[in-house]
Amino acid sequence: MRISLMTTCLVDVMAPDVARATVILLERLGHQVVFDKRQTCCGQMHTNSGYYTEAAPVVRSFVDTFEPALDTVDAIVMPSGSCAGCVRDQHQLVARHEGDSELEERAAAVSAKTYELSELLVDVLKVTDVGAYFPHSVTYHPTCHSMRFLKVGPRPLKLLRAVDGIEVKNLPESDTCCGFGGTFSVKNDATSDAMVTDKAANVVRSGADFVVAGDVSCLMNIGGKLRRTGAAPKSIHLAQILASTKEDPFVPSETILGRSA
Amino acid sequence: MSTVHLGIPQVRPQHASPSSTLRGERGFPEAARDALADPTLRENLRRATSTIQTKRASAVREVRDWQKLRNAGSALKWQVTDHLPELLEQLESSVTAAGGVVHWARDAEEAGEIVTALALERGAREVLKVKSMATQEIGLNEVLAHAGIRVIESDLAELIVQLADDTPSHILVPAIHRNREEIREIFLASMPDLDESITDEPSELAEAARRFLREKFLDMPGSVAISGANFAVAETGTMVVVESEGNGRMCLTLPKTLISVVGIEKIVPTFEDLEVFLQLLPRSSTGERMNPYTTMFTGVHEGDGPEEFHLVLLDNGRSAVLEDPEGRSALHCIRCSACLNVCPVYVRTGGHAYGSTYPGPIGAILSPQMTGMSGSDDPNSTLPYASSLCGACYDVCPVKINIPEILVHLRTKDVDRRRETRGDFHGTWDMALKGAGKLMSSPRAYDLAVRSAGPLTSVLGGKNIGKLPGVLPLIPGWTDHRDLPKPGASFRSWWDQHEKERSSADGTTEPDAAPDGEEQA
Ligand code: SF4
Repeated sequence: MRISLMTTCLVDVMAPDVARATVILLERLGHQVVFDKRQTCCGQMHTNSGYYTEAAPVVRSFVDTFEPALDTVDAIVMPSGSCAGCVRDQHQLVARHEGDSELEERAAAVSAKTYELSELLVDVLKVTDVGAYFPHSVTYHPTCHSMRFLKVGPRPLKLLRAVDGIEVKNLPESDTCCGFGGTFSVKNDATSDAMVTDKAANVVRSGADFVVAGDVSCLMNIGGKLRRTGAAPKSIHLAQILASTKEDPFVPSETILGRSA
Repeated sequence: MSTVHLGIPQVRPQHASPSSTLRGERGFPEAARDALADPTLRENLRRATSTIQTKRASAVREVRDWQKLRNAGSALKWQVTDHLPELLEQLESSVTAAGGVVHWARDAEEAGEIVTALALERGAREVLKVKSMATQEIGLNEVLAHAGIRVIESDLAELIVQLADDTPSHILVPAIHRNREEIREIFLASMPDLDESITDEPSELAEAARRFLREKFLDMPGSVAISGANFAVAETGTMVVVESEGNGRMCLTLPKTLISVVGIEKIVPTFEDLEVFLQLLPRSSTGERMNPYTTMFTGVHEGDGPEEFHLVLLDNGRSAVLEDPEGRSALHCIRCSACLNVCPVYVRTGGHAYGSTYPGPIGAILSPQMTGMSGSDDPNSTLPYASSLCGACYDVCPVKINIPEILVHLRTKDVDRRRETRGDFHGTWDMALKGAGKLMSSPRAYDLAVRSAGPLTSVLGGKNIGKLPGVLPLIPGWTDHRDLPKPGASFRSWWDQHEKERSSADGTTEPDAAPDGEEQA
């Protein structure tokens, strides 16, 4: 299949290895990945903070980038549950807020082809064993947007359990929010800190080497807290585990979500 | 503002009066900071909420058609908001027909005046109260105290709060922020006849409260009691009060005069509809299959219960909530408090940080709509932001109020108001997001920015970014508490390389759009 990659702005800048891993994984599975450099951001930071008017040009830019290729690609993939959720649930709301019914229709067409990574693999590409190798223990944090808004359900865990060499450990209070919440983490920093402190403690309690999730934002939050407190577990994105093989195993670097070359 | 017909002569939607206890003195982030720094409070809350949460989850799991019940509850509540004017008129005539007297209260003041006058006319110096959010919201106890009437709360937790001169912090368990030891001290300090040897065993504490209250109940003939109602049936004029302790039932049956203060949104169309709500409420609220006491009363009956019944129908900002099609489902709330117990913010900050009678996720959407958000320095303007939008509240809400969606809607309203007010759109966030919006809608500028993020931050040492000086805008909110990955080479530079390798391997070039659609050099 021909799959268009929307990296999301956060991945592009802060966790480039997640986008790289997504490309490596999909190509290994025999698919063709395209990356349109006109892409910027889904606008989630704006929409969730109430800046619909400022989000509108971002949404328009997103639609302008991905709409022309809708006939030539089979799917658009985003390695982020919350960004995929924004495209699906909020782009049309933004268009409506601006009274732009044409944009609303176009945004609907783009969102119908947009998938989060685990949805793409399990539902569209119909694969759970992607031939990955990752000889470490991990614990899975479901992330709120993937779990409650996209409802990816057990897909990521199915993918993880099929990985060769992996040990999946239970995360206490796994479905409690990590406290990221976009601008919430800065506007209500004390509350957010209390939440991520508990989440990081639960990751440590799980006894796993890595905490895995499908959202870079939450992983940056949890990983940043783990590092600040000097705790051993590291955060890792689902794509990074699924891209890892015996021939080219994932070796973490000191940078959060980074990979040693 | 448009006119919303409320069955009362046509009225304009109006926000709650300022005397209501719906707005704190400080914004949420600041108020939360204090609560977060109190380890006893955090432990009390964590323990209590996780117990109720677990109980609720297992009570809900038993019901096979729970999702269908929620759908039914939600549909009924939409029916009520869609037909509120007619239903209110119907309620007024059915209550009147059953021998009750209906009063309309526009706001907290009017409601306070009506109740005070009724109590004074009957010579009451002391009135008993059944736990009620509506009377809390209008500060009725203080209003009555001002008129020289003493109010005695009959609900155990409400009594604790009252004796400690405190304010409730939870919808269902007003004293959830107190532990047993603290409650014992409160009782010892305020019940003169209490034996010093009392322990902090729940049964002993409950017994002490019971004895204290029983004396008051014995005094009741000829007296006045005040209640709220969980539901008001339009068809029959029946009020429904749901409780656990049975003290409420005593107040509802023993006094001569009963006054119920009820928000106009508490209506259910028919008696049959209670079937849905009486399944949804106890399981969501206390995690019980059925609550121990459900008292239903319809007007007055000779020789049975109060001789006089007064219903005070309260607007106090509800008409303003009703006016917003995207926010109005906040009025569907049946006050079960399930959203509080699952909220990761509430569980850590407690209810007082919200500054309103209605705390937690429902409070964050209800209070600002009832009072309006008057500007950046209005504490209630901070409430829609007091959430990480995790959605746990929406999952448990028995009437399916989409709280995260309404939170975002209210943020949008807050931002829109600032944007439309000349000279008001210049806060740090306004500037930052305006700038980011511009950058993120210009593919070329964005491409350049992404590629230079690595080189620009390379001046900072280390592999991640640690604490940063407070003079920088916004970022320290993050870096005060956690490290931030330091941007290296962007994905785009890797992709360029990857493309080159790929095309040299298979000898083809993939047509690739450059930023702004220009051909790449
Ligand atoms: S909003 Fe829903 S969950 Fe929260 S108290 Fe009201 S009915 Fe219960």
